[in-house]
Amino acid sequence: MKHLLSVADLDADDFEELFRLSDSFAEVSARRIPKVPALRGRTVVSLFFEDSTRTRLSFETAAKRLGADTMTFSVASSSMRKGESVRDTIETIDAMGVDAMVVRHGSAGVPQRITDWTDVSVVNAGDGWHEHPTQALLDAYTLRGRFGSLAGRRVAIVGDIAHSRVARSNVVAFSTLGAEVILVAPATLLPPSLDGWPVKVTEDLDGVIDSVDVLYLLRMQRERMTEHLVPSLREYSRRFGLDHARADRLRDGAVVLHPGPMNRGVEIAGDVVDRAELAVVDQVRNGVAVRMAVLWSMLGAGTDLVAEPDEQQGAQQ
Amino acid sequence: MAERERRLTPPFGGVFVARTRVMTSDDTERAVWRMAHEILERNHGIDDVLLVGLQTGGVPLARNLADALERIEEGASVVVGTLDVAFYRDDIGLRPVLPEATTDIPYDLTGRTVVLVDDVLFTGRTIRAALDALTDFGRPRAVQLAVMVDRGHRELPIRPDYVGKNLPTRRDEVVNVGPDGVDLGEMVK
Repeated sequence: MKHLLSVADLDADDFEELFRLSDSFAEVSARRIPKVPALRGRTVVSLFFEDSTRTRLSFETAAKRLGADTMTFSVASSSMRKGESVRDTIETIDAMGVDAMVVRHGSAGVPQRITDWTDVSVVNAGDGWHEHPTQALLDAYTLRGRFGSLAGRRVAIVGDIAHSRVARSNVVAFSTLGAEVILVAPATLLPPSLDGWPVKVTEDLDGVIDSVDVLYLLRMQRERMTEHLVPSLREYSRRFGLDHARADRLRDGAVVLHPGPMNRGVEIAGDVVDRAELAVVDQVRNGVAVRMAVLWSMLGAGTDLVAEPDEQQGAQQ
Repeated sequence: MAERERRLTPPFGGVFVARTRVMTSDDTERAVWRMAHEILERNHGIDDVLLVGLQTGGVPLARNLADALERIEEGASVVVGTLDVAFYRDDIGLRPVLPEATTDIPYDLTGRTVVLVDDVLFTGRTIRAALDALTDFGRPRAVQLAVMVDRGHRELPIRPDYVGKNLPTRRDEVVNVGPDGVDLGEMVK
């Protein structure tokens, strides 16, 4: 794997491969010294043109546990503010000699475009409303941990689908892994077209809540209200938020996921957060293991290299 | 991706063809029995000794050794850990490397004697990686090495403490240790 730009590039076998690797890295993370020298001497730079704390920290933790060096680039403190273009920034960092770039940008397609300007591996850490592949991987990995397999499971994704890269990546990931996906949202928060999406759509959360294995709550961004896409956060919360009454109707063993950061009182009632169904802590923990697996697949596994025959023999036993 | 590409990449791409059976299953059983006695003799018993099998070939051998040790020392219980050294190898990037299986070392190794167990000792690079890995689990009092076959061609100053059989080989031959015994052969593409 050279880049990770979209979950659409992964088939079910690729997912399983990354999950198997994630199992190994979860074991590493549980050690007293949670660090292996697998990527010693490699440098991973996180390029965050858009703010993010948890994704950046998760990637940097992952890189450090693999023994790689990390650098951070954030727009607030960079020469982008002096007018430097993305391309010049990439070429500058490329010239310093890094091995992978983890890119977050507010516009869709920027990580893809960056691959034209550099030879190093690029990971999409979220681009506009387009994709957030590692989030989908860690969500699917978390569900695999709970259910063993996603095949045949019913997943409801609730909230602002239109503006959510998490929803886009997860629809693809969950359906690739055989789950049935239901989108629950008001019509104003659905994308203009759902052609080709392998999903069912409903506006009635109460109609599906007792039949799903997974309830995936998206973050309700407050600015959607000023855009008049929802009448008020209170009304949104009443129709699409998870409160105790709804949580009590969940099936036994059902799981609630949220990509974070949570808006308590909007998509989830404040005290529901502490219920056992919520797997948010697992998601964050698994995020590190999954990102270790991604970085290792790109930089460590050596799959794009062919060794000398002599070395292959020497290495085998 | 990795797993599928690995299957297509030499030496994993070929099929192992046995040429000569060098040990029968009876032979390996006797060797295990002897090595178990040697481990007891060297360590004056089994207290504070634990076995760590290297994934994947060393794990069944470590289990067999533990069984033998428990039969010799009645009432003893021998801990067997497993270790995958993929992330510690020095040839990362030179060939496809994948963790084969799980690492499970349930104890702090500090103050204990660790017997590393592998099926075949060849260049010694796997053992070097294993020694690195062990330091992340504590500071053992001593580390010893048990292998079923020592086939020579060492590239590092590493020597085994307990050997099932010393087997002179050519570099391009492959030694396969299985439940039916030990075969010498080669990979055929």
